[in-house]
Amino acid sequence: MTDTAHDRISEIVSNNDVVLFMKGTPLFPQCGFSSRAVAILERLGAPFESVDVLQDQEVRQGIKSFSDWPTIPQLYVKGEFLGGSDIMMEMYEAGELQQLLTDQGVIAA
Amino acid sequence: MVDSSLGPVGQEIAARLEAALTPERLAVINDSAQHRGHMGDDGSGESHFTVEIVAAAFAGQSRVARQRLVNSALGDMMREKVHALAIKARAPGE
Repeated sequence: MTDTAHDRISEIVSNNDVVLFMKGTPLFPQCGFSSRAVAILERLGAPFESVDVLQDQEVRQGIKSFSDWPTIPQLYVKGEFLGGSDIMMEMYEAGELQQLLTDQGVIAA
Repeated sequence: MVDSSLGPVGQEIAARLEAALTPERLAVINDSAQHRGHMGDDGSGESHFTVEIVAAAFAGQSRVARQRLVNSALGDMMREKVHALAIKARAPGE
C-alpha cells in the first residue's frame, strides 16, 4: 500500500464517526454484502459516511491491508475497525451494534 | 469430513480449515449459484461460499479475531479464488 493511500484512509476514518467502505453507493450498492451492511445502518438510523471502493483502486487495495481484512464491506466506528457484513449482522441481531452506536453517541438512546 | 459435492475450490477451503483449526464441526457451502452473473462470478461456479465452523481455537476470541483466523488459514485463496465468503465462527458450546 502506498503511503498516500494509508494516509487518506487514516484521515477518512478519523474524520468520520461511522464509515462504511463498500462496493457502490448506499442508493446503488453493487454487492449483496455491501447492500446488507447499508440496510443494517439505515435500520438503526445511524448516519454514516460511505466510500465506494469501486471508484478508487488505491483505497480498494489499501483498505485491505490497513484493516488486515481481505473483504469489503468494512465498517469503522470512531476510528475503530468493527468488521465486515457478517459481524455487523451478528452484532445487529444480538442488539450489540445498536448498543455500541448508542454508547458512542452516534444514535440516540 | 470433506464434502464430495464440493468442487476443487470448496474442497481446498475445507482442507485448509481442517488443517489450520481442527474444527469440531465444519460446513463449507457453495452459494455461487445464487450469485450467477453478479459481480465476482468468474464462471467457475465456485466464487461465493459460506463457512460454518466450530473450533476450540475461537474460545475467548473476538468476532474480528475469529474471522482473521479463518481468513489467514485460507491465505491467498481469499485474494485469488474466492470472491465472497460468509463466515459463522463459534467456539464449542456457544
